Amino acid sequence: MKQEYNFSRRFFLKTSSALGALAFIPRGVKAFYEDVKNYIIPTKEQIPLKVSINKKSYAIKADTRTTLLDLLREDLNLTGAKKGCDHGQCGACTVHIDGQRVLSCLTLAATLPGKEVTTIEGLANGDQLHPMQEAFIQCDGFQCGYCTPGQIMSAVACVNEGHTKSVAEIKEFMSGNLCRCGAYNGIVESIQKVAAQ
Amino acid sequence: MRPFLFSKSTAANQAIAKKKSNTQFIAGGTNLVDLMKKHIANPDNLVDISSALPNKVENTAQGVSIGAMMRNSATATDPTILAKFPLVSKAILAGASPQIRNMASMGGNLLQRTRCPYFYDVTTPCNKRQPGSGCSAISGENRMSAVVGHSPQCIAVHPSDLCVALAALDATVKVMDKSNKTQSIAFKDFHRLPDNNPEKDNNLPADALIQSINLSNNNFAKNCSYVKLRDRDSYAFALISVAAALNLNGNKIIEARLASGGVAHKPWRWLEAEQFLKGKEATIANFEAAANIATKGLKPQMHNAFKIPMLKGAIETALKQCLNP
Repeated sequence: MKQEYNFSRRFFLKTSSALGALAFIPRGVKAFYEDVKNYIIPTKEQIPLKVSINKKSYAIKADTRTTLLDLLREDLNLTGAKKGCDHGQCGACTVHIDGQRVLSCLTLAATLPGKEVTTIEGLANGDQLHPMQEAFIQCDGFQCGYCTPGQIMSAVACVNEGHTKSVAEIKEFMSGNLCRCGAYNGIVESIQKVAAQ
Repeated sequence: MRPFLFSKSTAANQAIAKKKSNTQFIAGGTNLVDLMKKHIANPDNLVDISSALPNKVENTAQGVSIGAMMRNSATATDPTILAKFPLVSKAILAGASPQIRNMASMGGNLLQRTRCPYFYDVTTPCNKRQPGSGCSAISGENRMSAVVGHSPQCIAVHPSDLCVALAALDATVKVMDKSNKTQSIAFKDFHRLPDNNPEKDNNLPADALIQSINLSNNNFAKNCSYVKLRDRDSYAFALISVAAALNLNGNKIIEARLASGGVAHKPWRWLEAEQFLKGKEATIANFEAAANIATKGLKPQMHNAFKIPMLKGAIETALKQCLNP
């Protein structure tokens, strides 16, 4: 159905005089309006950030609300770390900061300057996969693969921390990474394999 | 998340001086970032204090001082903590996941908010989130809720494992205000019961920051245990947890400590049961009697009467484990 726009003479006069009047509002009133607006609508702050990811430096501007996970995936095109729950419950976003495994979904990008981030993209040495990546392939450590980058980052840390003395210990120290396909046995096997090397 | 201004402080007094009406401090961020995403915490200003607080375990004349910025994982594996206060290490390792323990600070662990599902669901009334709106848990899903110390305004429980161990060991919390004045708060007085203002979790003074958690030397290192019962083997909040510690002379109990998580708005000490065990033989019968004393007169909710026998069993198990740590 075709919609007709009929602006009456009355509407035109009302609108144009209202707009004209706006130009004559004293400066103080406008400033008051700005104050109210600033009070009600919080300022979005863009801050300059220097971050080091996989030994590469980036100088970027980001909203203060940006998490490390969103920075990686949306701004730097490093989509290895996955957004599973975005609330620190699934471990799919696990990366390393200064060699320690952490959750990138609960890390604000603003807190990163001065720290070294390693993601799944930074694990391989050129074309040579990291031993844990090899082990996951050999031991069927995944099915759909969505949780795998987080699992592998966590598994590397688990071996570095030395929490591989028993199957029970590996399971306990990998409990922050959920796998809904249930590839847990393959994951434990992968970790045992790398720990033995 | 609502927009906010971000700044970083390198000294505690500098951070406190930055505090305006709607400012929050961020250390590990494991709880706060999540609360901000869910629009439960909506600060206008966020001050990063991760470089402003002590992050060492230091030996003191009385015991140890754990810096507020020590990460949970670093504290759990610290040689001094393992040697002198293994109960603290056991409790930390029973909580969260390795990733979260790597991020979370010791001070922040004390200040984490409840995990009551209604506190997290902004579409439902919750007196803790929105004072005066009502408590949805009382007539709702309350199997995780409190069985002691609750009020008609709130039946939420404190989620920390670490705090249960700190309560059992009579820790003190050293806090500092913006004029660099410090004061020590006994752990039993740090967290509070909900009463009529459940929006307040603790008695940390306004404009103050936790500096350290202090523990006095004791004789509990040899015989202590932390038992945590939850919906899955690992990485879940406690339905019931028990920190138990015995100071033994042969088989005679010189002093006993018993505290629980998952039962109240604050880490809960079973003082009557501790008093009962004092001077008694460390026998199964006495442990059972102590568990009976602790679980007498508790007031469960509609969906969590199961917590009473569960707590009784957990206390007995924890005390037995103290003998074979």
